[in-house]
Amino acid sequence: MSEEKKIVKKAVEKAEKFADPVASTIDPASQQMISRAQELNVDTCFDRAARMKPCNIGATGICCKNCSMGPCRLTLPKDYDEATDHQTRKGICGASANTVAARNFIRMIAGGAAAHSDHGRGVAEVFLSAARKETDAYHIKDTRKLLEIAPALDVPIQVEVDGKMVDRDIDEIAVEVGEKAMEEWGKPHGELLFAKRAPKARYELWKKLGVVPRNIDREIVEIMHRTHIGVDQDYKNLMKQGTRAAIADGWGGSMLATDLQDVLFGTPYPLSSEANLGVLREDHVNLVIHGHEPILSEMIVAVAQRPEIIEYAKSKGAKGLQLSGICCTANELLQRHGVPLCGTFLQQELAIITGAVDAMVVDIQCIMQNVANVANCFHTKLITTHPIARMEQENVMHIEFDEHHALEDAEKIVRIAIDNYPNRRNEVMIPKQKSPIVAGFGVESIEYHLGGTFRGSYYTLNDNIINGRIRGIAGVVGCNNARTRHNEGHVEIVKELIKNDVIVLTTGCNAIACAMAGLLTPEAAKVYCGPGLAEVCETVGIPPVLHVGSCVDNSRILLAAAEVVKAGGLGNDISDLPVAGSAPEWMSEKAISIGHYFVASGVYTVFGVTLPVTGAPKFQRYLFEEFEKLYGGMWDLEVDPIAHAQKMIAHIDKKRKALGIDKARERVLMDMADRQQLEA
Amino acid sequence: MSKLVAFAAIQGGYNVVSKTEGLYRRALETYNADTKIEFPNTGYFLPVIYSLLGIPVKTIEDMKQPLDFARKLLPPHIKGVNHLPYLGPLLDAGMAALLCFEIQEALRILEQPDFYYPQEDPDIENGKIWVGPADDVILRKRGVEFVDGSAPGFAAIVGAAPDPETAKLIVEEYQRKNLYIFLAANQNGTSVTEQLLEAKVQIGWGTRIVPFGPDITSAIFALGFANRAAMSFGGVQPGDYKKILKYNKDRIFAFVNALGEVGTDWATAAAGCVNWGFPTIADTDIPEILPTGICTYEHVVANVSHEEMAQRSIEIRGLKVQVSEIDIPCAFGPAFEGERVRGADLFCQMGGGKTQCTEYLQMAEMNEIEDGKITVVGKDIPDLKKGEVLPLGIFMQVAGREFQQDFEPILERQTHHLINYIQGVMHIGQRDIAWVRVSNAAVEKGFTLKDIGVVLHAKFHQDFGKIFDKAQITLYTNKEDVDKITAMARAAYKQRDERVEKMTDEDVEVFYSCTLCQSFAPNHVCTVSPERTGLCGAYNWMDCKASYEINPTGPNQPIEKGECLDPVLGQWKGVNEFVKKASRGAIDHYNLYSMVIDPMTTCGCCECIAALLPACNGVMTVNREYAGETPCGMKFTTLAGVMGGGASTPGFVGHGKFNTTQRKFIKGDGGLLRMVWMPKMLKEEIKDRIIKRGEELGVPNLYDMIADETVGITEEEILPFLQEKGHPALSMDPLVG
Repeated sequence: MSEEKKIVKKAVEKAEKFADPVASTIDPASQQMISRAQELNVDTCFDRAARMKPCNIGATGICCKNCSMGPCRLTLPKDYDEATDHQTRKGICGASANTVAARNFIRMIAGGAAAHSDHGRGVAEVFLSAARKETDAYHIKDTRKLLEIAPALDVPIQVEVDGKMVDRDIDEIAVEVGEKAMEEWGKPHGELLFAKRAPKARYELWKKLGVVPRNIDREIVEIMHRTHIGVDQDYKNLMKQGTRAAIADGWGGSMLATDLQDVLFGTPYPLSSEANLGVLREDHVNLVIHGHEPILSEMIVAVAQRPEIIEYAKSKGAKGLQLSGICCTANELLQRHGVPLCGTFLQQELAIITGAVDAMVVDIQCIMQNVANVANCFHTKLITTHPIARMEQENVMHIEFDEHHALEDAEKIVRIAIDNYPNRRNEVMIPKQKSPIVAGFGVESIEYHLGGTFRGSYYTLNDNIINGRIRGIAGVVGCNNARTRHNEGHVEIVKELIKNDVIVLTTGCNAIACAMAGLLTPEAAKVYCGPGLAEVCETVGIPPVLHVGSCVDNSRILLAAAEVVKAGGLGNDISDLPVAGSAPEWMSEKAISIGHYFVASGVYTVFGVTLPVTGAPKFQRYLFEEFEKLYGGMWDLEVDPIAHAQKMIAHIDKKRKALGIDKARERVLMDMADRQQLEA
Repeated sequence: MSKLVAFAAIQGGYNVVSKTEGLYRRALETYNADTKIEFPNTGYFLPVIYSLLGIPVKTIEDMKQPLDFARKLLPPHIKGVNHLPYLGPLLDAGMAALLCFEIQEALRILEQPDFYYPQEDPDIENGKIWVGPADDVILRKRGVEFVDGSAPGFAAIVGAAPDPETAKLIVEEYQRKNLYIFLAANQNGTSVTEQLLEAKVQIGWGTRIVPFGPDITSAIFALGFANRAAMSFGGVQPGDYKKILKYNKDRIFAFVNALGEVGTDWATAAAGCVNWGFPTIADTDIPEILPTGICTYEHVVANVSHEEMAQRSIEIRGLKVQVSEIDIPCAFGPAFEGERVRGADLFCQMGGGKTQCTEYLQMAEMNEIEDGKITVVGKDIPDLKKGEVLPLGIFMQVAGREFQQDFEPILERQTHHLINYIQGVMHIGQRDIAWVRVSNAAVEKGFTLKDIGVVLHAKFHQDFGKIFDKAQITLYTNKEDVDKITAMARAAYKQRDERVEKMTDEDVEVFYSCTLCQSFAPNHVCTVSPERTGLCGAYNWMDCKASYEINPTGPNQPIEKGECLDPVLGQWKGVNEFVKKASRGAIDHYNLYSMVIDPMTTCGCCECIAALLPACNGVMTVNREYAGETPCGMKFTTLAGVMGGGASTPGFVGHGKFNTTQRKFIKGDGGLLRMVWMPKMLKEEIKDRIIKRGEELGVPNLYDMIADETVGITEEEILPFLQEKGHPALSMDPLVG
């Protein structure tokens, strides 16, 4: 640990009441706002983290509170010997540390999978009403994507008429896609349809191991059952169910959310925008959208562009209306419309502390209850919109969103923000910092940009992996965590990866952190990348870090990996690819579910900060080592960012070696005999 | 700095599309919208547009659809900072420009019908130096060379070298490497084509130097040639752009050399070519694009010196070229095969009606001859004055443990192209009607008749070394010697012809496969039997046998024909088993003697395609050179597109011209007596053999009963003719059901 970091850490430990802004975040804008909050005596998560230590027993995964005989705390004995793994402590019921840690772990998977999948279900409901034309606000926008996903849901896109195959009516396809999608949550028979979108070898492995999900809800419910007192008490069997539920998330709920959102709102294509608190504009009405579901915020974007709304804002003395976003709602709107990113999960309070946010509208997930308290210190209107996500504080407005009155609701919210503009007080202070970014990548747009309309193909990527210009691919994703320096892990890990020619696909708050650090610009390639990756970025004109969306959009990374397998030359399964996953600053249950579906899909996945398995070493070894033998992917934990990235690189190198591409590629000159050997 | 390339190419794309839209509007003002648009004698319309988009442009107004498509392809311009990705957009802009180039060229041909001289060779005396797009006859003839490997690829050179000598240096290097050289565009009004003419280099398809046109738009003809090859020989369907372009990347080894300053039009054209997997190698300092992927290796390489241009280019494209070094004073290679020695260039000649010229190859005993002994008996070229003639007898003696008498004609036949491969020497005819013309240029370089012996000896060893050990060549130029050799040769020819004529499929236990063109048509497997010569016309049973002896793992493999499953239709168990394996499971059986029931597969190389004519109860056949309509309702090119690429299509079969009069030709369907229509040119070409075969079949006037295009080009038109002539097909069993 460097001297500077030691000082920083000491400073954090010393601070009794207030967080040290510099020790809390690497982002100057956030540092400025933390100081500002302390100056105004507004409490933030940074200060609370400094004041309250995490529970050490819970953090290591060995606290069981699944019945009222406990909570039981199964700490390791002082003389614990890893070789014998002899643990003396048991729960009242006799549960071992392995059982408890595994139960807790898969309950986190259940929580995460439920969050993503319930989001997906909400989208599917809106999708179906749009397909049935029951709403004016939503329409099937991207028919190309609809036709792409229909076959994966067993919906035919052609039909036989008089012995000839003709294209089916697009509205009919849409309705059937919606209906088939809805069934994925609770159908009584069969299996998750999208599981077959994985490479064939992966699907067959899942089949063999008995982890192909039956339906999405059932796998989550079964976790709650199995982890109830006195049911499943074998950590391996528990993890099998955890795996099945995680697959139901990644290849089910999340993937459906992504795909149906793309059909409804458009598949993302690269666009430019900006990121960080500096996107707030002092002379504009600032409406900040926060949460995860784009259903309502899509309508807000539509309303905000109406000339009469802009006129209305002007009538209140503003120069216009500035939309910006926090967390994954921000990522969704950025990807499809270029709406700028205001900040990460840990910046939600800080945005309000600028004093320039006229309204913050929130939907679901990752919304800190304290934003209501912070809003109360300013003129900011905090509006909750989702029936399942309300707040107890009195200053919170609730405008329940209803897809049948979507545009009216959206307009109401926008007008509240505008009406609130004149109520701003004197204390507006917006940090200058904002970074230009290029975002809007996805499976389809990456394919296009690797060769255009005519030659677009993942093979171009594979070819540059095979020739060694690109060493491998990393998916770096996940949250922020107030227990670690904001964005430091995110940015340092990504920089280390791209320095070593590993191209990064990013989502969620990692994407926002990279955006703020200037890593999402094409110019970043020359500054931060190794020579091979820099050359490829220059050729394609891309940033070395590709923003592929929100946290449900991690499904895009899965599909991109499947496309890479399909394009050929790098093995038959995702576990053969030179790839690795990472969540440097994770904190939510969703992250555990994501991490686990990466692992179950064959990806080596490293988490930062902490992992609630360290209290049960045998269980930990199961996840970190045994899993590789089962799934080709496994978990790891590494707190130090550079070591974290290096572990990923080492895994990538291991895979390159296994593929025989660890040496420089020879130039093969073809003669006629070689050409005759070519397959059709 | 790919960004600069992207910026320039996208700019170029906009310029080209806008200009083309202007030309299109002007054409609409000048001509009727339904005015016919076409490239000369092709069934592929505007071939790049047709192959990639599946749109057949036949009239001016048909151009609107591809033009709109091109406009839509144009991406946004590239911003200075924080720009969006540009590789895909750049390639799209390039493609938009190329589609427009083809439209511009089609409009040029409409407006100036005489601009191009659409022949193999330009008419230089009359200033017609640009040949324009190749027609389908040239495509077939030259395309086959890409299939069989005698042309490993092509270099599309745009612009001009600094001087004629440099142009010649680069182009001759490609010629020596057997590549075709496609020329287009100019640099400040000068072009490589004009530079070559100035340097007295013979240009035209014959010498593989093809002067397409003076502008960058003319470069589209190179791509049109490549895509037609993919459709014609590879059976790729029009509109299947992914497949066509991938096909080009994997199988057509082409690249661009940009000579001189690269402007936006060139940049966008270069970007467009990357879609084909064709890289650009430039002699100027342009931004390079080195990562691989769309092309097999680098995409743009700059600053390449003229001396290294050819070598670097073929390496960048990933091409291996084997060049045979022959110790003679002249350059040597297939590129010189089509070169002419015209009157003014002629130094001396042998044969051609003036004197006797005979080539004869004879098997010898090992101890009779000395390998490498080359003797000229009589006068040689240094003894001659310009304009003189000599008789010539080329007597080749070959010995070896593996050598068989059957191989004599195969080796002997090589003399034609081998002598032609010598730069400045021309060879016409064969056997006892050979004709050798030697140019002033060759003599100036020091060419003598002995060099013919050197070439034959060296190339026999290179190409056929496996089947013989020793070769001795004697060139006689005294009349008495030549007459003696000629008499010997004539006796041998007679014996050989009779032997081949008598050989039947029943006589042999082994047929041979030919998968030579799997480089282009991956599922196609020819089975060559004594009475069914290969459909390309190039390989008979004996050739295949020799080829197998020479290269036991090569494209010609012996097939134990095994149990005969159907003697009438020509089906054997062993053949079926082989075909299933060699077609990678695509075809599990076929008949050698039927076109109606499970016929043999057809690749795009076939000389002729026979088709069923139900109303006439007969069949027709059409050769590739015939461009017109036929009674089956399809032109040759359409037929080739429908059934080429290795498909077995009942009712149609590809075959060689020679096969038409072989005894087993569609024997299962009734044989040659079913033939009711042929193009006049084909009919005349094989007239003698048709008459002979007709006599064998008891219909001595069969030749006169076969209709041609002068009778009609529909079944209705020819039927009364057949009835009037009493064509035997009309009274045969029904051909279908």
